Amino acid sequence: MIKELTKGIFKENPVLVLLLGLCPTLGVSGKFFNAIGMGMGVIFVLVCSNAVISLLKKVIPNQVRIPGYIVVIATFVTIVELVLKAFSPVLYSGLGIFIPLIVVNCIVLGRAEAFAGKNRLIPSVLDGLGMGIGFTLSLMLIAFIREILGSGTLTLWESGSVVYRFVIPGLSESPAAVLATPAGALFVMGFVIAGINALKAYRSRPGRKDKEKRKGAAA
Amino acid sequence: MNLIVIFFSFVLVNNFILSKFMGLCPFIGVSQNRESAVGMGFAVIFVMSISSLLTWAVYHAILAPLGIEFLKTIVFILVIASLVQLVELVIRKLSPALYKALGIYLPLITTNCAVLGIAIISVDENFGPLESFVAGMSGGIGFLMVLVIMSFLRQKLLLEKVPAPFRGVPIAFITAGAMALAFMAFNSSMISNLFPGV
Repeated sequence: MIKELTKGIFKENPVLVLLLGLCPTLGVSGKFFNAIGMGMGVIFVLVCSNAVISLLKKVIPNQVRIPGYIVVIATFVTIVELVLKAFSPVLYSGLGIFIPLIVVNCIVLGRAEAFAGKNRLIPSVLDGLGMGIGFTLSLMLIAFIREILGSGTLTLWESGSVVYRFVIPGLSESPAAVLATPAGALFVMGFVIAGINALKAYRSRPGRKDKEKRKGAAA
Repeated sequence: MNLIVIFFSFVLVNNFILSKFMGLCPFIGVSQNRESAVGMGFAVIFVMSISSLLTWAVYHAILAPLGIEFLKTIVFILVIASLVQLVELVIRKLSPALYKALGIYLPLITTNCAVLGIAIISVDENFGPLESFVAGMSGGIGFLMVLVIMSFLRQKLLLEKVPAPFRGVPIAFITAGAMALAFMAFNSSMISNLFPGV
C-alpha cells in the first residue's frame, strides 16, 4: 500500500521521469511561492478526482469515461480557482491562466485513466497524493534553481502585506536574468532531466551490485 | 484590437510554445518526425480556430446572460472535447485522405493546453467573434511553425555527438531554449514599429 504513495515521488516521478505536466512546470516556476501554490492545487485536484473516479468507476460507462473524468476534474479545478481568487489574490494573479489549465494537465487525466479507474478508493487516494507530491517536489526544484539564479531571491510566502522573501547577497544585484525568461525555463528543464538521466546511469552502472554484495559479506 | 496585431502577437511575440509554455507535451512528443509534426500542427490550427469561435459563442450566448461565468473552465473543456469528437467523425466521413493524415492526432488535441488556453485568453481579453477566430488560428500557426522548425533541428541533432545523459529529451529542451532566446527578438516594440498607429 505504501508503495502507491512513494512510487510517484521518485521512481515514477510524473515530471522528471514520465515527462507529464510540462506546461505548468515551466510556466509557473519563475517564483518559488508560485510553484508551491501550483503544487498544492494539483495535489488537491489529484487526490479528490482520484477518489471520486475510483468510487464512480462502476457508474461511468466505459465508452464515455474520458468526458466523465474531465467533468469530475474540471469541477475540482473550478473549486481551486474560486478558493484562490477569494483567499489569495496574489497567488491567483501569479498563476494566472495555469489554474484553469490544471484541467488539461496530463498527470491528472493520466492517473484517472491509468489508476483510479481500475483501483479501489484507498490506493487511488494514495496514488494521487504520491503523484501530486512528486509533481510539487520537481516543480519546487526547478523554481528553486530559477528564482535563486535568475533573480537572486527566494520567495517563500506572499499574501497581502506579509512577504517572506530571502535576498541572496551578491546574486540579487547581478542575477543571471536569462534564467527568469521563458528560454531559461527550457534550459533549466533540459539540464535537470539530463542530471536525472546521469543519476540513473550511475545507479545502474555495472559492478555496483557486486560491490554492495561484497560490502554486505564483509559486514 | 487590430487583427494584424493579434496575428503577429500570437504567431511570434507570444508564441504558445516558446513564451507561454502551452502545448509542450505534443511539442516534445511529435517533433521527432517531420510528417507527424506537420500533421499535428494542421490538426491544432483547425481545432483551435473553430473552438475559440465556438467557446466565444457559448460564453456570450449562454454563460454571460445566466451569470455563471465561473463555470467557464468546465463548459469550455466539454465544448472542446465534443468538438474534437465531432471533427473526427466529420473528417472520417467527408475526406478519408485528410482523416488518414490528421486522424491519430485529433484525440490528443483535447488535452493540449493551447486549445483551452486560447479559449480562456480570448474571453479574458474581451475579444469579439472575428478576433477570437483569428487569435485561435494564429496561435495554431505559431504552434505549427515552431513544431516544424524543431523537427528540422532534432533531425540535425541525430547526427551530432551528444553526451549520453543529454540524448533525446534533455537536448531537445535545451535546443528549444536556444530557439526561445532567438524568439525574444520578436517583442511588442517590433510590432508597434512595423505597424505604427495601430
